[in-house]
Amino acid sequence: MIKIIDLVKSFNGQRVLDGINLEVPRGQITVVIGKSGVGKSVLLKHLVGLLKPDSGQVLVDGQDITRFSGRQLQELRKRFAVLFQGGALFDSLNVFGNIAFPLREKTRLSEAEIRRRVFERLDQMHLTPDVALKYPAELSGGMKKRVALARAMIQEPEIILYDEPVTGLDPPMTNTVFHLISKTHQESGYTAMMVSHDIPDVFQVSDQVAMLHRGKIIAQGAPAEIQRHPDPVVQSFIRGEVDFLED
Amino acid sequence: MATFIHALGGRFLAVVQEAGAMMLFLLEGLALTFVPPYRPRRVLQELELIGVKSTLIILLTGAFTGMVLGLQGYYTLRKYGSESALGSAVALSLIREMGPVLTAIMVSARAGSAVTAEIGIMRITEQLDALDTMAVNPMQYVVMPKLIAGVIAVPLLTAIFDVVGILGGYLIGVVLLGVSSGAYFSGMVQSVVPLDINGGIVKSLVFGITILLVACYKGYYTEHGAEGVSRATNQTVVLSAILILAWDYVLTSFFM
Repeated sequence: MIKIIDLVKSFNGQRVLDGINLEVPRGQITVVIGKSGVGKSVLLKHLVGLLKPDSGQVLVDGQDITRFSGRQLQELRKRFAVLFQGGALFDSLNVFGNIAFPLREKTRLSEAEIRRRVFERLDQMHLTPDVALKYPAELSGGMKKRVALARAMIQEPEIILYDEPVTGLDPPMTNTVFHLISKTHQESGYTAMMVSHDIPDVFQVSDQVAMLHRGKIIAQGAPAEIQRHPDPVVQSFIRGEVDFLED
Repeated sequence: MATFIHALGGRFLAVVQEAGAMMLFLLEGLALTFVPPYRPRRVLQELELIGVKSTLIILLTGAFTGMVLGLQGYYTLRKYGSESALGSAVALSLIREMGPVLTAIMVSARAGSAVTAEIGIMRITEQLDALDTMAVNPMQYVVMPKLIAGVIAVPLLTAIFDVVGILGGYLIGVVLLGVSSGAYFSGMVQSVVPLDINGGIVKSLVFGITILLVACYKGYYTEHGAEGVSRATNQTVVLSAILILAWDYVLTSFFM
Protein backbone atom coordinates (compact mmCIF):
# COMPACT_ATOMS: atom_id res chain seq x y z
CA MET A 1 0.00 0.00 0.00
CA ILE A 2 2.80 2.42 0.96
CA LYS A 3 6.25 1.93 -0.51
CA ILE A 4 9.23 4.11 0.35
CA ILE A 5 12.05 3.95 -2.19
CA ASP A 6 15.58 5.35 -1.66
CA LEU A 7 14.31 8.24 0.43
CA VAL A 8 16.96 10.84 1.24
CA LYS A 9 16.51 13.91 3.41
CA SER A 10 19.08 16.32 4.83
CA PHE A 11 18.78 19.28 7.17
CA ASN A 12 21.53 21.91 7.16
CA GLY A 13 23.89 19.55 5.38
CA GLN A 14 23.29 16.69 7.79
CA ARG A 15 21.80 13.61 6.13
CA VAL A 16 18.99 12.38 8.39
CA LEU A 17 17.46 9.83 6.01
CA ASP A 18 20.05 8.15 3.82
CA GLY A 19 18.25 5.97 1.30
CA ILE A 20 15.30 4.50 3.17
CA ASN A 21 13.52 1.53 1.59
CA LEU A 22 10.41 0.26 3.34
CA GLU A 23 7.04 -1.26 2.55
CA VAL A 24 3.95 -0.74 4.68
CA PRO A 25 1.50 -3.54 3.81
CA ARG A 26 -2.23 -2.89 3.67
CA GLY A 27 -4.15 -3.61 6.86
CA GLN A 28 -1.05 -4.09 9.00
CA ILE A 29 0.69 -2.05 11.68
CA THR A 30 4.30 -1.39 10.73
CA VAL A 31 6.45 0.00 13.50
CA VAL A 32 9.70 1.87 12.92
CA ILE A 33 11.93 1.73 15.96
CA GLY A 34 15.15 3.57 16.64
CA LYS A 35 16.68 5.84 19.21
CA SER A 36 15.51 9.41 19.77
CA GLY A 37 16.57 11.91 17.13
CA VAL A 38 17.37 9.29 14.51
CA GLY A 39 14.77 10.67 12.07
CA LYS A 40 11.71 8.51 12.71
CA SER A 41 9.29 11.45 12.82
CA VAL A 42 10.97 12.95 9.75
CA LEU A 43 10.29 9.69 7.91
CA LEU A 44 6.66 9.73 9.05
CA LYS A 45 6.10 13.31 7.87
CA HIS A 46 7.17 12.35 4.35
CA LEU A 47 4.24 9.96 4.13
CA VAL A 48 1.67 12.78 4.23
CA GLY A 49 3.74 15.30 2.32
CA LEU A 50 4.54 17.49 5.34
CA LEU A 51 8.17 17.22 4.23
CA LYS A 52 9.60 16.94 0.73
CA PRO A 53 12.55 14.56 0.28
CA ASP A 54 15.82 15.59 -1.35
CA SER A 55 15.44 12.48 -3.49
CA GLY A 56 13.55 9.20 -3.54
CA GLN A 57 9.89 8.26 -3.77
CA VAL A 58 6.94 7.66 -1.49
CA LEU A 59 4.37 5.55 -3.32
CA VAL A 60 0.81 5.36 -1.99
CA ASP A 61 -1.15 2.83 -4.04
CA GLY A 62 1.50 3.17 -6.72
CA GLN A 63 1.38 6.98 -6.96
CA ASP A 64 4.47 8.98 -6.06
CA ILE A 65 3.17 11.57 -3.61
CA THR A 66 6.47 13.49 -3.54
CA ARG A 67 5.45 14.91 -6.93
CA PHE A 68 1.91 15.82 -5.84
CA SER A 69 0.64 19.39 -6.09
CA GLY A 70 -0.90 21.07 -3.05
CA ARG A 71 -4.40 20.16 -4.21
CA GLN A 72 -3.47 16.51 -4.79
CA LEU A 73 -1.92 16.37 -1.33
CA GLN A 74 -5.13 17.75 0.18
CA GLU A 75 -7.08 14.97 -1.52
CA LEU A 76 -4.56 12.35 -0.39
CA ARG A 77 -4.69 13.55 3.21
CA LYS A 78 -8.41 12.82 3.39
CA ARG A 79 -7.39 9.15 3.48
CA PHE A 80 -4.93 9.69 6.34
CA ALA A 81 -5.02 10.52 10.01
CA VAL A 82 -2.00 11.37 12.11
CA LEU A 83 -1.59 10.98 15.84
CA PHE A 84 1.13 13.47 16.73
CA GLN A 85 3.62 12.97 19.52
CA GLY A 86 2.14 15.68 21.76
CA GLY A 87 -1.41 15.09 20.52
CA ALA A 88 -1.47 18.41 18.61
CA LEU A 89 -4.91 19.17 20.04
CA PHE A 90 -6.14 22.67 19.24
CA ASP A 91 -5.77 24.78 22.38
CA SER A 92 -8.65 27.05 21.42
CA LEU A 93 -11.17 24.20 21.14
CA ASN A 94 -12.50 21.96 23.88
CA VAL A 95 -12.34 18.18 23.62
CA PHE A 96 -15.67 18.00 21.81
CA GLY A 97 -14.56 20.68 19.33
CA ASN A 98 -11.27 18.89 18.74
CA ILE A 99 -12.83 15.51 18.01
CA ALA A 100 -15.63 17.02 15.95
CA PHE A 101 -13.21 19.22 13.97
CA PRO A 102 -12.54 16.84 11.03
CA LEU A 103 -16.24 16.10 10.68
CA ARG A 104 -17.22 19.77 10.76
CA GLU A 105 -14.53 20.67 8.25
CA LYS A 106 -14.80 17.80 5.82
CA THR A 107 -18.34 16.43 5.99
CA ARG A 108 -21.88 17.75 5.81
CA LEU A 109 -23.13 15.70 8.76
CA SER A 110 -25.80 17.20 10.98
CA GLU A 111 -24.75 18.53 14.37
CA ALA A 112 -26.78 15.74 16.02
CA GLU A 113 -24.90 13.06 14.07
CA ILE A 114 -21.56 14.70 14.83
CA ARG A 115 -22.50 14.74 18.51
CA ARG A 116 -23.43 11.06 18.40
CA ARG A 117 -20.15 10.10 16.75
CA VAL A 118 -18.02 12.20 19.09
CA PHE A 119 -19.54 10.65 22.21
CA GLU A 120 -19.25 7.19 20.66
CA ARG A 121 -15.50 7.78 20.19
CA LEU A 122 -15.13 9.17 23.70
CA ASP A 123 -16.74 6.01 25.04
CA GLN A 124 -14.50 3.85 22.85
CA MET A 125 -11.47 5.61 24.37
CA HIS A 126 -12.81 5.04 27.90
CA LEU A 127 -13.32 8.76 28.41
CA THR A 128 -16.37 9.99 30.32
CA PRO A 129 -18.79 12.42 28.62
CA ASP A 130 -17.87 15.28 30.98
CA VAL A 131 -14.37 15.31 29.42
CA ALA A 132 -15.98 16.73 26.27
CA LEU A 133 -16.20 20.19 27.81
CA LYS A 134 -12.60 20.32 29.01
CA TYR A 135 -9.83 22.14 27.17
CA PRO A 136 -6.52 20.44 26.26
CA ALA A 137 -4.67 22.38 28.99
CA GLU A 138 -6.92 20.69 31.58
CA LEU A 139 -6.13 17.12 30.42
CA SER A 140 -3.48 14.68 31.63
CA GLY A 141 -0.96 13.25 29.15
CA GLY A 142 -2.88 9.98 28.82
CA MET A 143 -6.18 11.77 28.25
CA LYS A 144 -4.62 13.98 25.59
CA LYS A 145 -3.35 10.92 23.72
CA ARG A 146 -6.75 9.26 23.89
CA VAL A 147 -8.55 12.41 22.72
CA ALA A 148 -6.02 12.71 19.89
CA LEU A 149 -6.65 9.05 19.02
CA ALA A 150 -10.41 9.70 19.04
CA ARG A 151 -9.89 12.65 16.68
CA ALA A 152 -7.71 10.53 14.42
CA MET A 153 -10.30 7.75 14.33
CA ILE A 154 -13.43 9.87 13.91
CA GLN A 155 -13.29 9.93 10.11
CA GLU A 156 -12.46 6.23 9.88
CA PRO A 157 -9.30 6.79 7.84
CA GLU A 158 -7.69 4.17 5.64
CA ILE A 159 -4.21 4.92 6.98
CA ILE A 160 -3.15 6.12 10.42
CA LEU A 161 0.32 7.38 11.26
CA TYR A 162 1.32 7.23 14.91
CA ASP A 163 4.19 9.44 16.05
CA GLU A 164 5.45 8.15 19.40
CA PRO A 165 1.94 7.41 20.71
CA VAL A 166 2.99 6.48 24.25
CA THR A 167 5.98 8.70 24.90
CA GLY A 168 5.80 10.28 28.33
CA LEU A 169 3.06 7.99 29.62
CA ASP A 170 3.26 5.77 32.70
CA PRO A 171 3.22 1.96 32.17
CA PRO A 172 -0.53 1.45 32.84
CA MET A 173 -1.43 4.28 30.44
CA THR A 174 1.08 2.95 27.89
CA ASN A 175 -0.70 -0.40 27.99
CA THR A 176 -4.10 1.33 27.77
CA VAL A 177 -3.10 3.31 24.67
CA PHE A 178 -1.56 0.25 22.99
CA HIS A 179 -4.68 -1.76 23.86
CA LEU A 180 -6.87 0.96 22.28
CA ILE A 181 -4.69 1.05 19.15
CA SER A 182 -4.85 -2.72 18.89
CA LYS A 183 -8.61 -2.78 19.44
CA THR A 184 -9.38 -0.04 16.91
CA HIS A 185 -7.11 -1.72 14.40
CA GLN A 186 -8.91 -5.04 14.80
CA GLU A 187 -12.28 -3.32 14.44
CA SER A 188 -11.41 -1.09 11.47
CA GLY A 189 -8.57 -2.94 9.76
CA TYR A 190 -6.77 0.24 8.80
CA THR A 191 -3.17 0.39 7.63
CA ALA A 192 -0.82 1.96 10.14
CA MET A 193 2.73 3.10 10.47
CA MET A 194 4.01 3.88 13.93
CA VAL A 195 7.31 5.30 15.03
CA SER A 196 8.34 4.51 18.55
CA HIS A 197 11.26 3.73 20.82
CA ASP A 198 9.16 2.04 23.46
CA ILE A 199 10.75 -1.38 23.59
CA PRO A 200 9.48 -4.03 24.19
CA ASP A 201 5.90 -2.69 24.63
CA VAL A 202 5.61 -1.73 20.99
CA PHE A 203 6.05 -5.35 19.85
CA GLN A 204 2.59 -6.21 21.22
CA VAL A 205 0.81 -4.05 18.60
CA SER A 206 3.09 -4.50 15.60
CA ASP A 207 2.74 -6.83 12.64
CA GLN A 208 6.04 -5.73 11.19
CA VAL A 209 9.00 -3.93 12.74
CA ALA A 210 11.77 -1.99 11.01
CA MET A 211 14.77 -0.48 12.73
CA LEU A 212 16.12 2.91 11.64
CA HIS A 213 19.75 3.60 12.42
CA ARG A 214 22.03 6.28 10.99
CA GLY A 215 19.58 7.12 8.23
CA LYS A 216 19.02 3.56 7.03
CA ILE A 217 16.68 0.66 7.76
CA ILE A 218 19.09 -1.91 9.18
CA ALA A 219 16.58 -4.61 10.10
CA GLN A 220 13.06 -5.48 9.10
CA GLY A 221 10.67 -8.34 9.90
CA ALA A 222 8.07 -9.73 12.27
CA PRO A 223 8.45 -8.72 15.93
CA ALA A 224 9.81 -12.16 16.85
CA GLU A 225 12.38 -11.98 14.04
CA ILE A 226 13.56 -8.56 15.14
CA GLN A 227 13.92 -9.73 18.71
CA ARG A 228 16.15 -12.56 17.47
CA HIS A 229 17.96 -10.42 14.89
CA PRO A 230 21.72 -11.12 14.77
CA ASP A 231 22.77 -7.48 14.24
CA PRO A 232 24.46 -6.31 17.46
CA VAL A 233 23.11 -2.77 16.97
CA VAL A 234 19.54 -4.13 16.96
CA GLN A 235 20.17 -6.32 19.98
CA SER A 236 21.85 -3.48 21.81
CA PHE A 237 18.88 -1.19 21.18
CA ILE A 238 16.32 -3.82 22.23
CA ARG A 239 18.23 -4.44 25.45
CA GLY A 240 18.62 -0.70 26.01
CA GLU A 241 22.37 -0.90 26.49
CA VAL A 242 23.99 2.28 27.63
CA ASP A 243 26.87 2.39 25.12
CA PHE A 244 24.43 2.31 22.22
CA LEU A 245 22.13 4.92 23.68
CA GLU A 246 25.11 7.24 24.05
CA ASP A 247 26.29 6.56 20.52
CA MET B 1 37.30 44.58 5.02
CA ALA B 2 36.25 42.08 2.37
CA THR B 3 34.75 39.91 5.09
CA PHE B 4 32.79 42.86 6.41
CA ILE B 5 31.41 43.72 2.97
CA HIS B 6 30.61 40.04 2.39
CA ALA B 7 28.74 39.86 5.68
CA LEU B 8 26.92 43.12 4.96
CA GLY B 9 25.91 41.89 1.51
CA GLY B 10 24.75 38.58 2.95
CA ARG B 11 22.66 40.36 5.56
CA PHE B 12 21.15 42.65 2.92
CA LEU B 13 20.25 39.69 0.73
CA ALA B 14 18.66 37.94 3.69
CA VAL B 15 16.53 41.02 4.40
CA VAL B 16 15.43 41.24 0.75
CA GLN B 17 14.62 37.51 0.71
CA GLU B 18 12.56 37.79 3.88
CA ALA B 19 10.71 40.85 2.53
CA GLY B 20 9.87 38.87 -0.62
CA ALA B 21 8.75 35.87 1.40
CA MET B 22 6.51 38.11 3.53
CA MET B 23 4.96 39.64 0.44
CA LEU B 24 4.17 36.19 -0.98
CA PHE B 25 2.78 35.18 2.42
CA LEU B 26 0.51 38.24 2.37
CA LEU B 27 -0.69 37.61 -1.17
CA GLU B 28 -1.45 33.97 -0.39
CA GLY B 29 -3.30 34.92 2.79
CA LEU B 30 -5.42 37.56 1.08
CA ALA B 31 -6.08 35.42 -2.00
CA LEU B 32 -7.48 32.67 0.24
CA THR B 33 -10.22 35.11 1.29
CA PHE B 34 -11.86 34.44 -2.05
CA VAL B 35 -11.44 30.66 -2.01
CA PRO B 36 -14.09 28.47 -0.35
CA PRO B 37 -14.67 27.48 2.36
CA TYR B 38 -15.27 31.08 3.44
CA ARG B 39 -14.75 31.54 7.12
CA PRO B 40 -16.89 34.44 8.39
CA ARG B 41 -17.12 32.92 11.87
CA ARG B 42 -13.32 32.73 12.15
CA VAL B 43 -13.03 36.36 10.98
CA LEU B 44 -15.53 37.41 13.67
CA GLN B 45 -13.59 35.49 16.31
CA GLU B 46 -10.39 37.25 15.28
CA LEU B 47 -12.17 40.62 15.19
CA GLU B 48 -13.06 40.06 18.81
CA LEU B 49 -9.49 39.10 19.76
CA ILE B 50 -7.72 41.79 17.74
CA GLY B 51 -10.34 44.55 17.73
CA VAL B 52 -12.81 44.33 20.60
CA LYS B 53 -10.23 43.30 23.18
CA SER B 54 -7.99 46.21 22.15
CA THR B 55 -10.75 48.78 22.64
CA LEU B 56 -10.07 49.56 26.29
CA ILE B 57 -6.38 50.19 25.73
CA ILE B 58 -7.21 52.41 22.74
CA LEU B 59 -9.76 54.37 24.79
CA LEU B 60 -7.19 54.98 27.51
CA THR B 61 -4.29 55.92 25.23
CA GLY B 62 -6.57 58.02 23.02
CA ALA B 63 -7.92 59.98 25.99
CA PHE B 64 -4.51 60.66 27.49
CA THR B 65 -2.99 61.58 24.13
CA GLY B 66 -5.81 64.08 23.51
CA MET B 67 -5.38 65.49 27.02
CA VAL B 68 -1.65 65.98 26.53
CA LEU B 69 -2.23 67.61 23.15
CA GLY B 70 -4.81 69.91 24.73
CA LEU B 71 -2.43 70.91 27.49
CA GLN B 72 0.67 71.36 25.32
CA GLY B 73 -1.31 73.02 22.53
CA TYR B 74 -3.00 75.47 24.87
CA TYR B 75 0.23 76.78 26.40
CA THR B 76 1.99 76.96 23.03
CA LEU B 77 -0.89 78.73 21.28
CA ARG B 78 -1.40 81.13 24.18
CA LYS B 79 2.04 82.61 23.49
CA TYR B 80 0.67 83.78 20.15
CA GLY B 81 -2.81 84.60 21.40
CA SER B 82 -4.28 81.79 19.34
CA GLU B 83 -5.94 79.62 21.97
CA SER B 84 -9.02 79.45 19.76
CA ALA B 85 -7.02 77.30 17.30
CA LEU B 86 -6.68 74.57 19.91
CA GLY B 87 -9.50 72.46 18.41
CA SER B 88 -7.94 72.39 14.96
CA ALA B 89 -4.46 71.70 16.36
CA VAL B 90 -5.69 68.74 18.41
CA ALA B 91 -7.86 67.33 15.62
CA LEU B 92 -5.26 67.64 12.88
CA SER B 93 -2.52 66.11 15.04
CA LEU B 94 -4.74 63.19 15.92
CA ILE B 95 -6.38 62.52 12.57
CA ARG B 96 -3.27 62.91 10.43
CA GLU B 97 -0.57 61.43 12.62
CA MET B 98 -1.02 60.44 16.19
CA GLY B 99 -4.27 58.53 15.88
CA PRO B 100 -3.13 56.07 13.19
CA VAL B 101 0.43 55.72 14.51
CA LEU B 102 -0.31 55.31 18.21
CA THR B 103 -3.29 53.03 17.55
CA ALA B 104 -1.11 50.85 15.34
CA ILE B 105 1.68 50.68 17.90
CA MET B 106 -0.77 49.81 20.70
CA VAL B 107 -2.46 47.11 18.57
CA SER B 108 0.93 45.73 17.64
CA ALA B 109 2.01 45.57 21.28
CA ARG B 110 -1.24 44.01 22.49
CA ALA B 111 -2.65 41.95 19.63
CA GLY B 112 0.36 41.53 17.31
CA SER B 113 2.48 39.93 19.99
CA ALA B 114 -0.44 37.71 21.05
CA VAL B 115 -1.01 36.58 17.46
CA THR B 116 2.66 35.67 17.01
CA ALA B 117 2.71 33.75 20.28
CA GLU B 118 -0.53 31.91 19.40
CA ILE B 119 0.59 30.87 15.91
CA GLY B 120 4.13 30.15 17.12
CA ILE B 121 2.82 27.78 19.78
CA MET B 122 0.58 26.16 17.18
CA ARG B 123 3.70 25.63 15.06
CA ILE B 124 5.92 24.12 17.74
CA THR B 125 3.14 21.88 19.11
CA GLU B 126 2.38 20.62 15.58
CA GLN B 127 -1.16 22.05 15.55
CA LEU B 128 -0.47 23.64 12.15
CA ASP B 129 0.80 20.28 10.86
CA ALA B 130 -2.34 18.66 12.29
CA LEU B 131 -4.49 21.06 10.25
CA ASP B 132 -2.47 20.20 7.16
CA THR B 133 -2.92 16.48 7.70
CA MET B 134 -6.68 16.98 8.08
CA ALA B 135 -6.64 18.60 4.62
CA VAL B 136 -7.40 21.99 6.18
CA ASN B 137 -5.15 24.74 4.85
CA PRO B 138 -3.59 26.42 7.93
CA MET B 139 -3.02 29.60 5.93
CA GLN B 140 -6.75 29.79 5.32
CA TYR B 141 -7.91 28.63 8.74
CA VAL B 142 -5.42 30.51 10.91
CA VAL B 143 -3.74 33.32 8.96
CA MET B 144 -6.37 34.68 6.56
CA PRO B 145 -8.98 35.53 9.26
CA LYS B 146 -6.35 37.41 11.26
CA LEU B 147 -5.25 39.46 8.23
CA ILE B 148 -8.84 40.37 7.40
CA ALA B 149 -9.59 41.19 11.04
CA GLY B 150 -6.54 43.48 11.10
CA VAL B 151 -7.67 45.33 7.99
CA ILE B 152 -11.12 45.89 9.53
CA ALA B 153 -10.20 46.47 13.18
CA VAL B 154 -7.27 48.90 12.99
CA PRO B 155 -9.11 51.65 11.04
CA LEU B 156 -12.09 51.36 13.41
CA LEU B 157 -9.84 51.51 16.46
CA THR B 158 -8.10 54.52 14.93
CA ALA B 159 -11.46 56.27 14.55
CA ILE B 160 -12.21 55.54 18.22
CA PHE B 161 -8.77 56.84 19.20
CA ASP B 162 -9.34 60.07 17.23
CA VAL B 163 -12.77 60.74 18.71
CA VAL B 164 -11.71 60.00 22.27
CA GLY B 165 -8.55 62.07 21.78
CA ILE B 166 -10.57 65.04 20.55
CA LEU B 167 -12.82 64.71 23.60
CA GLY B 168 -9.72 64.49 25.83
CA GLY B 169 -8.42 67.71 24.28
CA TYR B 170 -11.86 69.27 24.85
CA LEU B 171 -11.81 68.25 28.51
CA ILE B 172 -8.46 69.94 29.12
CA GLY B 173 -8.76 72.90 26.72
CA VAL B 174 -12.41 73.83 27.20
CA VAL B 175 -13.48 72.45 30.58
CA LEU B 176 -10.28 73.04 32.55
CA LEU B 177 -8.44 75.85 30.75
CA GLY B 178 -11.40 77.90 29.55
CA VAL B 179 -11.11 77.85 25.77
CA SER B 180 -14.44 78.58 24.13
CA SER B 181 -16.36 75.43 23.25
CA GLY B 182 -17.62 76.97 20.01
CA ALA B 183 -14.10 78.01 18.98
CA TYR B 184 -12.77 74.52 19.74
CA PHE B 185 -15.25 72.77 17.46
CA SER B 186 -15.61 75.42 14.75
CA GLY B 187 -11.82 75.60 14.36
CA MET B 188 -11.80 71.87 13.97
CA VAL B 189 -14.58 71.87 11.37
CA GLN B 190 -12.86 74.60 9.33
CA SER B 191 -9.37 73.15 9.36
CA VAL B 192 -9.96 69.41 8.92
CA VAL B 193 -10.50 68.61 5.23
CA PRO B 194 -11.47 65.26 3.65
CA LEU B 195 -7.84 64.69 2.58
CA ASP B 196 -6.81 64.61 6.25
CA ILE B 197 -9.44 62.01 7.08
CA ASN B 198 -8.73 59.94 3.97
CA GLY B 199 -5.01 60.04 4.74
CA GLY B 200 -5.68 58.80 8.26
CA ILE B 201 -7.87 55.97 6.96
CA VAL B 202 -5.30 54.90 4.37
CA LYS B 203 -2.55 54.95 6.98
CA SER B 204 -4.56 52.86 9.42
CA LEU B 205 -5.41 50.33 6.69
CA VAL B 206 -1.74 49.98 5.74
CA PHE B 207 -0.71 49.76 9.39
CA GLY B 208 -3.38 47.11 10.06
CA ILE B 209 -2.11 44.91 7.24
CA THR B 210 1.51 45.49 8.28
CA ILE B 211 0.96 44.55 11.93
CA LEU B 212 -0.97 41.36 11.20
CA LEU B 213 1.34 40.37 8.35
CA VAL B 214 4.42 40.64 10.56
CA ALA B 215 2.66 38.93 13.47
CA CYS B 216 1.33 36.02 11.41
CA TYR B 217 4.54 35.56 9.40
CA LYS B 218 6.81 35.54 12.45
CA GLY B 219 4.51 33.11 14.25
CA TYR B 220 4.07 30.84 11.24
CA TYR B 221 7.79 30.36 10.76
CA THR B 222 8.68 30.00 14.43
CA GLU B 223 11.40 27.44 15.17
CA HIS B 224 13.27 26.09 18.17
CA GLY B 225 10.59 25.69 20.83
CA ALA B 226 9.67 28.16 23.55
CA GLU B 227 12.80 30.24 22.95
CA GLY B 228 11.79 30.58 19.31
CA VAL B 229 8.30 31.78 20.28
CA SER B 230 9.83 34.35 22.62
CA ARG B 231 12.20 35.57 19.89
CA ALA B 232 9.44 35.71 17.28
CA THR B 233 7.16 37.70 19.60
CA ASN B 234 9.94 40.16 20.32
CA GLN B 235 10.72 40.53 16.61
CA THR B 236 7.05 41.17 15.85
CA VAL B 237 6.78 44.13 18.21
CA VAL B 238 10.10 45.69 17.14
CA LEU B 239 9.67 45.14 13.40
CA SER B 240 6.03 46.31 13.45
CA ALA B 241 6.97 49.54 15.24
CA ILE B 242 9.78 50.27 12.78
CA LEU B 243 7.60 49.49 9.75
CA ILE B 244 4.72 51.60 11.11
CA LEU B 245 6.99 54.63 11.47
CA ALA B 246 8.63 54.05 8.08
CA TRP B 247 5.23 53.67 6.38
CA ASP B 248 4.03 56.75 8.21
CA TYR B 249 6.79 58.84 6.65
CA VAL B 250 6.14 57.43 3.16
CA LEU B 251 2.36 57.89 3.36
CA THR B 252 2.61 61.33 4.92
CA SER B 253 4.80 62.46 2.03
CA PHE B 254 2.03 61.29 -0.33
CA PHE B 255 -0.75 63.09 1.51
CA MET B 256 1.02 66.39 2.20
